[in-house]
Amino acid sequence: MSEKIVSIKDLWVYRAEHAVLEDINLEMEAGDFLGLIGPNGGGKSTLLNAMLGLIKPDRGSISLFGLQPAAARSRVGYMPQKTVFDRSFPIDALNVVLMGRYSRRGLMHRYGSADREAALRALEAVGMQDRANREIGALSGGEQQRVFVARSLVSDPDLLLLDEPTAGVDSAQQTEFYDLLCHLNCDLSIAIVLVSHDITAISKHVKKIACLNQRLYYHDSKELSNDDIEKAYGCPVEMIAHGMPHRVLREHD
Amino acid sequence: MIDLGFLQYDFMKNALAAGLAASVLCGVIGIYVILNKIVFISDGIAHAAFGGIGLGYFLGYDPLAFGIGSAVLTAIGIGMISSRARVSEDTAIGVFMATGMALGIMLLTLSQGYARDLYGYLFGNILAVTESDALFISALTLIILLLVYLLYKELLLLSFDPIYAEAIGLPVRGLRLLLLAMVAFSVVILIKIVGIIMVIALLTIPGAISRRHLTGLPRIMAGSVILGAAFVTLGLLVSYELDVPSGATIILIAAVAFFLSTLLSR
Repeated sequence: MSEKIVSIKDLWVYRAEHAVLEDINLEMEAGDFLGLIGPNGGGKSTLLNAMLGLIKPDRGSISLFGLQPAAARSRVGYMPQKTVFDRSFPIDALNVVLMGRYSRRGLMHRYGSADREAALRALEAVGMQDRANREIGALSGGEQQRVFVARSLVSDPDLLLLDEPTAGVDSAQQTEFYDLLCHLNCDLSIAIVLVSHDITAISKHVKKIACLNQRLYYHDSKELSNDDIEKAYGCPVEMIAHGMPHRVLREHD
Repeated sequence: MIDLGFLQYDFMKNALAAGLAASVLCGVIGIYVILNKIVFISDGIAHAAFGGIGLGYFLGYDPLAFGIGSAVLTAIGIGMISSRARVSEDTAIGVFMATGMALGIMLLTLSQGYARDLYGYLFGNILAVTESDALFISALTLIILLLVYLLYKELLLLSFDPIYAEAIGLPVRGLRLLLLAMVAFSVVILIKIVGIIMVIALLTIPGAISRRHLTGLPRIMAGSVILGAAFVTLGLLVSYELDVPSGATIILIAAVAFFLSTLLSR
């Protein structure tokens, strides 16, 4: 029996007396690749924050690898929504990636040669090894995004949480990026949660899909019913899937 | 050749020692001020420190210690406000700044006969640094350097990407308060050298020049320390030779270097 990577039971999160997340149940196993879609403000980032241990559940429980989220941090890689940084910040790609080793080192311990080797390996995994000593601001948008993926990989995580990773990246680079995620998922068997509002783009790549708008619509499969989507988004499916509903959605019977 | 005879005077030795220690602080803390975009906060802290300096005078205690106390309190106050976000940070700084200055002027005036000192705190008087001031400044510099050495990777993470830092478990709030406290210490020390009005120039100019020409944070810090030391030493010499105010001389030299570097790097 494979280890439960994520186990969320009856999770409720409130903000200012409104439920942001309502009765969420979700389980993930090794090798899963879950696409998480849903309207803006539907609680996608809140759910990720809860999985990172930054938000305490008001009701229910979350465990990652059988541990409390905060205790499992060294096994989780995270890439925040569009990293906002000063493009002239004096730091090279290698040192950006090294930041991801913090969860393994902890306060006041300096990075050692093992950390540097891990950072180079992570850059290699995303095909950026020859950019290691380039300033982060001198890289293209797609390259920067790869560096941030490398940063989330450098702690050798078993679970990656990616929050809208393709925002602000052109479509050619997006295709390459999804190929990279497939490689991480299939060849390195890292479980991935990919948050996006772009249903058509992610549905081509993920293995399973869930839709979140306060409640989670999920059937442990790659299919959602028209009904789920309409409930989650509060409008007809065609408007959301941009005329290509069949990519995600089975004909309703 | 420059006549080094001035070094026979104790006040010059103290001035030089304090100036060099201050350059190390400017180089290191100044870079974090620039990278974290807290220039205005730092300036606010410097002005608010004046309230504490005035109180020290009024009560007859060491004004420098009171200045540091009020600067640290202001730093913590601003740090708390910006994380609660009820009042906008800009507004809070504006209020702290003006209140500190008003308190300082009021209290100094009430403590009869200190008009000359008022001038010194506003515009700096490096030649008034005593031996115990110089020792105090050097000790503080060492402590701050040690903290930066121990927390180098944490401060880098905080400066580059605080959102990610928080997500991977870095104590972002505590670190930010610590950074602001270190800024507060540095700023009060710099007040001794160039005065409240010009502190921010000395804190940011060396780092701004160094950053334009060098890559990698450790190298930028080193370059910035060297530039700061050059400005302070040169400024001290020129002001001694020409008998002009030291603070203004140091800042003018730094400003000329800044404009030259801007022109050259175009």
